[in-house]
Amino acid sequence: MDKDILLKVSGLRAKVEDKEILRGIDLEVRPGEVHAIMGPNGSGKSTLSGVLAGNPAYTVTGGSALFHGINLLELSPEDRSHEGLFLSFQYPVEIPGVSMVNFMRAAVNAKREYFQEPPLSAGDFLKLMRQKRAIVELDNKLASRSVNEGFSGGEKKRNEIFQMAVLEPRLAILDETDSGLDIDALRVVAGGVNKLKNDRNATIVITHYQRLLDYIKPDFVHVLYKGRIVRTGGPDLALELEERGYDWIKEVEDGK
Amino acid sequence: MEKNSKSRSEEPSDVIGEVTGGEYKYGFVTDVETDVIPVGLSEEVVRLISRKKEEPQWLLDFRLKAYRHWLTLTPPKWGHLRMPDIDFQAISYYAAPGKKKVPGSLDEIDPEIRETFDKLGIPLEEQKHLSGMAVDAVMDSVSVKTTHREALAEKGIIFCSISEAVKDYPDLVKKYLGSVVSYKDNFYAALNSAVFSDGSFVYIPKGVRCPMELSTYFRINASGTGQFERTLIVADDDSYVSYLEGCTAPMRDENQLHAAIVEIVVEDRAEVKYSTVQNWYAGDAQGRGGVYNLVTKRGLCRGDYSKLSWTQVETGSAITWKYPSCVLAGRGATGEFYSVAVTRNYQQADTGTKMIHLAPDTRSTIVSKGISAGHSENSYRGLVKVTPAAEGARNYTQCDSLLLGSECGAHTFPYIDVMNPTAIVEHEATTSKISEDQLFYCNQRGIPTEEAVGLIVNGYAKEVMNKLPMEFAVEAQKLLQITLEGSVG
Repeated sequence: MDKDILLKVSGLRAKVEDKEILRGIDLEVRPGEVHAIMGPNGSGKSTLSGVLAGNPAYTVTGGSALFHGINLLELSPEDRSHEGLFLSFQYPVEIPGVSMVNFMRAAVNAKREYFQEPPLSAGDFLKLMRQKRAIVELDNKLASRSVNEGFSGGEKKRNEIFQMAVLEPRLAILDETDSGLDIDALRVVAGGVNKLKNDRNATIVITHYQRLLDYIKPDFVHVLYKGRIVRTGGPDLALELEERGYDWIKEVEDGK
Repeated sequence: MEKNSKSRSEEPSDVIGEVTGGEYKYGFVTDVETDVIPVGLSEEVVRLISRKKEEPQWLLDFRLKAYRHWLTLTPPKWGHLRMPDIDFQAISYYAAPGKKKVPGSLDEIDPEIRETFDKLGIPLEEQKHLSGMAVDAVMDSVSVKTTHREALAEKGIIFCSISEAVKDYPDLVKKYLGSVVSYKDNFYAALNSAVFSDGSFVYIPKGVRCPMELSTYFRINASGTGQFERTLIVADDDSYVSYLEGCTAPMRDENQLHAAIVEIVVEDRAEVKYSTVQNWYAGDAQGRGGVYNLVTKRGLCRGDYSKLSWTQVETGSAITWKYPSCVLAGRGATGEFYSVAVTRNYQQADTGTKMIHLAPDTRSTIVSKGISAGHSENSYRGLVKVTPAAEGARNYTQCDSLLLGSECGAHTFPYIDVMNPTAIVEHEATTSKISEDQLFYCNQRGIPTEEAVGLIVNGYAKEVMNKLPMEFAVEAQKLLQITLEGSVG
């Protein structure tokens, strides 16, 4: 096996209820890479991120996914997280009454327990929060606010990247992180992602538009259509899609 | 790198079922010599209880009046509860553990009893105890120990069992006993007034701020018995006290009856905070056994600008029927009720409050958080009454229900009766579920489902939990978590 591969997805198929959404996905991601997955509405982009993260709403019907050599599909969602998979949600969920501090402390200590490390002391934990907050320019009131409750669209997305910074994943999947962001918020969020990038981790950016890719430069661009990756190319492919739309791909694929 | 992985095969609904299936850890029985009188209730039994407690004639007369009135009553049926008829002749009305005399010092307490309270986390040795708290420990029908009495006495504060109060402060007890909850109030109040055993008595003199939390810990141990405690708290002008009550019982197949009365009198500008963490045995997963918790709690805010605040965390009992209430009789008096009631398996709770506004400028706040799981039924029942004299009265009620699973029920029965047009009464209600999205969001961040449920439930109940005294809040949070936790995966 190629030790250099962080994520190897082969022939992955999945359905939600009785509808097959993913119809054989192949994808290889190596450390240090940024992959963009683009495609028209309903092509299966969010399903792919949900299946990789273990969302119980989806049922895997075939194929495999190896994450640094581990069979990802056998792990519970929390163990996938501990093993270094992070999903930035398109619609971050509100949890009333649960402060960000308590939420993140539970998350950090669950991971430490998984690796048989003692929980972080309150002092060390707060220090970690302070450091990571700076990456996405979140103010310190965040700590006492309830998870995503009453957050603006931009704050929610910044909060996702903040959590990513705290958990230091090996693979981050950003699901439509640009949706609902104005240009300033987009710049902050993308800046945060770029600061967290290094040659040991990788990022999958799921997006509709080229806009985000001006800030987060992809190494590879994949086009997802009807549950399959139908085109793979470099950054130029994204520019071409921006210019020509998805219709020409649809025509080619539907004509097959 | 060491790691442990577990796979996840359950359907989400099963996960919630498992999560809400936590074990009761106070279910042990103490093997202690117990003086239990034969089952059944009659005038002779009432006289026997009074004789065993060496009571004065006036108290026996009070009991007998109550008993005779009780005979004319039938159990109330209006609660949203399925409760089998209780055979009141099959219950023993008095059970005293250990030596028959009331222990004066710790050495005289049966070591088994001391160990029992140690196991419950209530050490009876004063030096071991949290310095900020005095405890009255009641097992079955008698008080076994009250700590810190001397320190409190220096400030003129009386904190002792009600049996001792009858002997040592008869005038105070005579003046206030039954003044807030009459023996005629309801079926269970009449029963309690006839056979009440022990409980706590608190008197805070004028202008005194009680320097520590006062706490009574109730433990049912003997089988086939009922517990009928009675608590009386009097806060004189300009005084303050925070009082806590905790309760547990062994796991038994039978249903045990607990019919208590709590009476509180709050004089001018005085403030009383009364907090309960109720964790009686709730019965098993099939609904066998558990305590019937049928309680009358009421406070009379008699003084101007007096304040009474009830906070309750109810996790135990097979059936809970209780409505801690405030009668706001003094001008500008304030009543508060903060409640978290958790039901799971086959538990049933019908609980809430009554806020009776009798005087001008009175204020009341009600925050009720119900959490239902399993096959349980959880009802909020509350009355807000504004009489013609209560000019400018205000009430705010917020009533939320959280459902875990699809087999449980949540119900709200608000009664609002306003007879003064200047009153402002607000009522808000919500019902919600823990969503799969919330659980998955937590899971994705590495938080396992059972911990996530605990986190979400504690977040939901935070407004109420914040009202508990510090020492208690942590315990109560853990209790919520344990109550709703089980083994997942």
